[in-house]
Amino acid sequence: MPKRTDIKSILIIGAGPIIIGQACEFDYSGAQACKALREEGFRVILVNSNPATIMTDPEMADATYIEPVHWQTVARIIEKERPDALLPTMGGQTALNCALDLNREGVLEKFGVEMIGASKEAIDKAEDREKFRTAMQKIGLAMAKSEIVHNKEEARAAMEIIGFPAIIRPSFTLGGTGGGIAYNRDEFMEICDQGVEASPTNEVQIDQSALGWKEYEMEVVRDKKDNCIIICSIENLDPMGVHTGDSITIAPAQTLTDKEYQIMRDASIKVLREIGVDTGGSNVQFAINPKNGELIIIEMNPRVSRSSALASKATGFPIARVAAKLAVGYTLDELDNEITGGATPASFEPSIDYIVTKIPRFTFEKFPQADDRLTTQMKSVGEVMAMGRTFQESLQKAIRGMETGVTGFNEIADQSSENVLEQIEKELRVPRGDRLWFVADAFRHGLSVEDVFNICSIDPWFLVQIHDLVEEENKLKKEGASSLTENRLRQLKRKGFSDERLAELIEQPESEIRKLRIDNNIRPVFKRVDSCAAEFESATAYMYSTYDVECEAAPSDRQKIMVLGGGPNRIGQGIEFDYCCVQAAFAMRDAGYETIMVNCNPETVSTDYDTSDRLYFEPLTLENVLDIIHVEKPYGVIVQYGGQTPLKLARDLERAGVPIIGTSPDSIDLAEDRERFQKLLEDIGLKQPPNRTARNVKQAVIGAEEIGYPLVVRPSYVLGGRAMEIVYSEDDLRNYMDNAVAVSNSSPVLLDRFLNNAIEVDVDAISDGKDVCIAGIMEHIEQAGVHSGDSACSLPPYSLSDEVQDKIASQVGAMARALNVVGLMNTQFAIQNDDIYVLEVNPRASRTIPFVSKATGISIAKVAVNCMVGNSLASQGLTHVPVPDYYSVKESVFPFIKFPGVDPLLGPEMKSTGEVMGVGKTFGEAFAKGQLAAGEEFPRSGNAFISVKEIDKQKAIIVAKELFLLGYVLYATSGTCKVLNDAGIECKRVNKVREGQPHIVDMLKNDAIDLIVNTTEDKKAIADSYSIRRTALQHKVFYTTTIAGAMATMEALKQRDSVGVNSLQDLHKGVIA
Amino acid sequence: MTENALLALEDGSLFYGTSIGIDGESIGEVVFNTSITGYQEILTDPSYYKQIVTLTHPHIGNVGTNSEDEESSQVFVSGLIIRDLPLVMSNWRATENLSDYLIRHKIVAIAGIDTRQLTRHLRKHGAMKACVVAGENIDAEKSIKTAKSFAGLVGMDLAKEVSTASAYSWADGTWDIEGGIKPSSGNKEWRVIAYDFGVKRNILRILADLGCEVTVVPAQTPASEVLTEKPDGVFLSNGPGDPDPCDYAITAIKEIINSGIPVFGICLGHQLLSLALGAKTSKMKFGHHGANHPVQSLDGGQVSITSQNHGFAVDEKTLPDSLRATHRSLFDDSLQGVHHNKFPVFGFQGHPEASPGPHDLKPLFNHFIELMQEHKT
Repeated sequence: MPKRTDIKSILIIGAGPIIIGQACEFDYSGAQACKALREEGFRVILVNSNPATIMTDPEMADATYIEPVHWQTVARIIEKERPDALLPTMGGQTALNCALDLNREGVLEKFGVEMIGASKEAIDKAEDREKFRTAMQKIGLAMAKSEIVHNKEEARAAMEIIGFPAIIRPSFTLGGTGGGIAYNRDEFMEICDQGVEASPTNEVQIDQSALGWKEYEMEVVRDKKDNCIIICSIENLDPMGVHTGDSITIAPAQTLTDKEYQIMRDASIKVLREIGVDTGGSNVQFAINPKNGELIIIEMNPRVSRSSALASKATGFPIARVAAKLAVGYTLDELDNEITGGATPASFEPSIDYIVTKIPRFTFEKFPQADDRLTTQMKSVGEVMAMGRTFQESLQKAIRGMETGVTGFNEIADQSSENVLEQIEKELRVPRGDRLWFVADAFRHGLSVEDVFNICSIDPWFLVQIHDLVEEENKLKKEGASSLTENRLRQLKRKGFSDERLAELIEQPESEIRKLRIDNNIRPVFKRVDSCAAEFESATAYMYSTYDVECEAAPSDRQKIMVLGGGPNRIGQGIEFDYCCVQAAFAMRDAGYETIMVNCNPETVSTDYDTSDRLYFEPLTLENVLDIIHVEKPYGVIVQYGGQTPLKLARDLERAGVPIIGTSPDSIDLAEDRERFQKLLEDIGLKQPPNRTARNVKQAVIGAEEIGYPLVVRPSYVLGGRAMEIVYSEDDLRNYMDNAVAVSNSSPVLLDRFLNNAIEVDVDAISDGKDVCIAGIMEHIEQAGVHSGDSACSLPPYSLSDEVQDKIASQVGAMARALNVVGLMNTQFAIQNDDIYVLEVNPRASRTIPFVSKATGISIAKVAVNCMVGNSLASQGLTHVPVPDYYSVKESVFPFIKFPGVDPLLGPEMKSTGEVMGVGKTFGEAFAKGQLAAGEEFPRSGNAFISVKEIDKQKAIIVAKELFLLGYVLYATSGTCKVLNDAGIECKRVNKVREGQPHIVDMLKNDAIDLIVNTTEDKKAIADSYSIRRTALQHKVFYTTTIAGAMATMEALKQRDSVGVNSLQDLHKGVIA
Repeated sequence: MTENALLALEDGSLFYGTSIGIDGESIGEVVFNTSITGYQEILTDPSYYKQIVTLTHPHIGNVGTNSEDEESSQVFVSGLIIRDLPLVMSNWRATENLSDYLIRHKIVAIAGIDTRQLTRHLRKHGAMKACVVAGENIDAEKSIKTAKSFAGLVGMDLAKEVSTASAYSWADGTWDIEGGIKPSSGNKEWRVIAYDFGVKRNILRILADLGCEVTVVPAQTPASEVLTEKPDGVFLSNGPGDPDPCDYAITAIKEIINSGIPVFGICLGHQLLSLALGAKTSKMKFGHHGANHPVQSLDGGQVSITSQNHGFAVDEKTLPDSLRATHRSLFDDSLQGVHHNKFPVFGFQGHPEASPGPHDLKPLFNHFIELMQEHKT
């Protein structure tokens, strides 16, 4: 039964901004779906608020809407585009929820839009806990004892039935937001409260805990003829109790006999049939009691997921692509298994002849107050995947792909402590993101495999192999460098040890191990991922390294451009860089080069095997990259697109003779080196805020005296403003220096005079080495002091004069020329009273490249990569990027709700996980859309609370007047209240928390406040107002923590009835609704 | 890595590795199997008699071995080649680790080989005669010669070698997670005689589950002896080697088919019944060995994922008018199932009994029951 001919156009809903639990895996699935449907001739309409995605590139769909993924907005798009069908399964929970909303509100019915890929009934049955339980009972599958509750009374009753520990999961939330494990009554009631609040249906499921049971996932695909295939089985190394997104996982499952595996396979298929997933991919999760094989089902997702992206990368079977084709009528046997070049059909089950390991990446260092214990609520922000021919090799490759500074099983426990064993046992029992390393430490301290198993329940099959690695390390350490014979080195490499780790163990530089390896011709071979364990020939060059015999790389003799990717997502380095890498690959393929991608992030589009001509799924370490370069001998290597990850390697690669194209590593270094850069600016006559460099506390204190407080302090060479702070006093500074030096590994600390109430500006530019083209000038909404990655920004600027903009442009040109930039350059300025200060220059792709590209319609990354291979801007016909006559606003999205205890205050350290974009005829309209896309709904009216710091009081009067005119009733704390009353604005005083009850937090808890403007500065005021922000977050009250944000909000509030939706294709033609 | 074992192929290729079985030498045809799970079932499948098996999944031995996962009373492979033997077995059902099990069953086995390289070699050049040797003083040249000395499987009647010496009755049902393996309860409505050409236990277990009182008879049992028993149905089992020389079986099957009794053949049994009706079989390049093979029903178009293990195949072009094709492999379009147009007789090339592998085609056993039901009434 081939493709349906009764539908012509399909609306795909994307996942919106990157948040914890929903990352670039949905860009990968959405991009695949767009491609798959367009090649079938369908008109594809796409909505996704996230401008950093590859799927929102205007070439990916026929009509691309970067608009809020909110049912009312999507309804307008439907009204305008009149799609025949809606595919809701590619955009994670966000898309499913939006589709359900559209259905509930009658939009789909009204416009005759058919939901394909998953029916409303199937989504409901899978997601509604009670319906799911009934369905599972019907097909005879056991579940953990469970109760559904909606309020305190029901929760209390459930507690009696379930007992402890109990697992609490709110319904219809992402990554288990608001859930957790309760060990006692207090925890139980607290988590239930939180869960009921987090669930859009105020519903929470409480499960009997299967702690210590083994956890598995099955990725299943089904077509409308009931053909069912399992793409991949996944075994979690971390037993039950840790969210699967936070677990280390292995594919395929390793510790099941065929009989047990087939039980799980049969059960998975039964689940899809019963739930009614007629076409597409689903993920089914199981727990197995290791003592007797008893199996229970945990849950299923009737859509593509993070796990299906992982399974696609792990096997070479593109689940989202196939699911999209099935949704339009194909059956599995009618589709080709493309990795074998169509030699076999898609209706088969991949067999894999290697081991895949995924390790999540956490960023708790950004949220020191957060509880970093791993539970059923997902907390990781990224992941890394590695392949090897053995588990040990695969695991150790994954470890070094994480870029957290570990080179293998590095010691982690405080070895000098008397209580080290106690610490280790505690860390094994209560998992955190680094439990794996404590397992190794446990063995170092004499615990047996059995001991460790008894504490943490990780399967002995995994434990023994870690134990073996520790033994190897101990032996090498003891026997020293001389024991490293050719044979022994080869054996260790086969077990996955990195050169760097081996070097540490014998206390020699990494280069020595590399030399020893090369002298003895110990090099990895590259094997192909072919989905069929070599049973069929595969023309696809999707490869991983391993220490084995036969190399299948078969490099061509074409001219090649190699792109080094960005590794695992983290705060500060995410999908934006993947976007750039993918653009580079596309542009270079178009330019006739063979393209080679190196990356280890399974969520991404860059690691889709057909994004480049050749894909090396490898950690981005010097060792692994050099090994690939040895085989491929590329013409040019691009290091400036993948964020800090490849940049860190640039110098060493260059030293090893690797041809890096574009801006030279020396220029990159020049821009990052404070002293060298300062000199360059002086030479060309540009201004910086007064600043000093300090290598110790004394220098810092003296420097600070010279330039004056407040100061922005930060370690040099950081990304995402790691450990960047504003200090107001010498005490603060001394305190900071004690912590920061540890963070920055003895590299100097930079002190800058903080420019009060300055406007911050980001500029992206392209240079071909001769001409410089300004791609976009972005004015930040929040004033300087808020990290650029966290700040909202507007393109074009909404308050800067043309004169200032012209000056900025010429300064950028001067710096690009002085730095000999070939490719991209991002500059940050602070504008204070029309004085322009250079804050930072980064001659590389920046986080804003995709936003600028979407806003202007010019693929900046593609143009710049062409510059790198010698095509001048003039030859590309780009002399300047026209400034659009509409406003695009980028707004950031934060993970605060996932981290109870964390202050949602913006500062110089970046904390956002993702971004959205809003477009409008006016700044206010664009800003309003950005807010809606970020999940903030402005209250239409009600009570507004204002409490601002001294310096903001004048502007607060303006804000208050606007609010008053819009019909808000105003409340303020004493100081602000007086200022407003004095200015003749009616305002009621409310107590600060420390002034006693009833106070502002009481009002928030009683839902008596609808909008908050709260700005603070010194540590004490911040601590005082913490509970206001946190309570607002929990009660979903709109709040802003900067006065500039408040001013922008007023602009937006005035625009709130705007309804226009615009496709990028129209916008770029200059058509705007 | 101690290299104390060698796999030598007839074309002179050599693969050195570490012994994980007994010291000694063994010859056979080397084939690859792409199943990720079920190595013990594979080792004990009589169809692998005279074959050396390499498993493409790199870790083999993870779940140890146990008596329930045996498909016969002995290990039938002539040798086992794997990439990596794990340091420990881990499964609640495991009773003996793989290496000890192989040694107890006197099997030459090698780990540490680039099994993907070997698999690619076999895919390109076809299944090969091979010699596995483990122990001191390995002589590569001698091993290549020994490999060449293997007679090959073409023209080899191996069914009679692996078949039971005398008839026996079968009562055990299939495994389940609570009870393991125990005699199947319930009424025994159907009397089935199963020809043992190298039968896998799971076939007999499924028949028992479905209410069959099964008597297993030697491969060379004449039809007359079977027909005297007036069974409700006759089952033709899987087994090793070339079906073509098994003239005793072909003769017997002809007679049984003509008696009108329902007949169901699996794998070698399917090939034998096709031969009995006039079709031809031939040797495949490297055969089908795995648990992920898509097979399409020619009736409804339904695709099933099947377990496969055969090196010979029935050539669809040679099917007589009396037989119609019912299933085809979507990997290579080869014939996977036949049904008689007049008699209640059918065969399937893959393994609907799974073990190891998916259960998608278990309904074929129900079809056998249906045929017996129809025949009875």
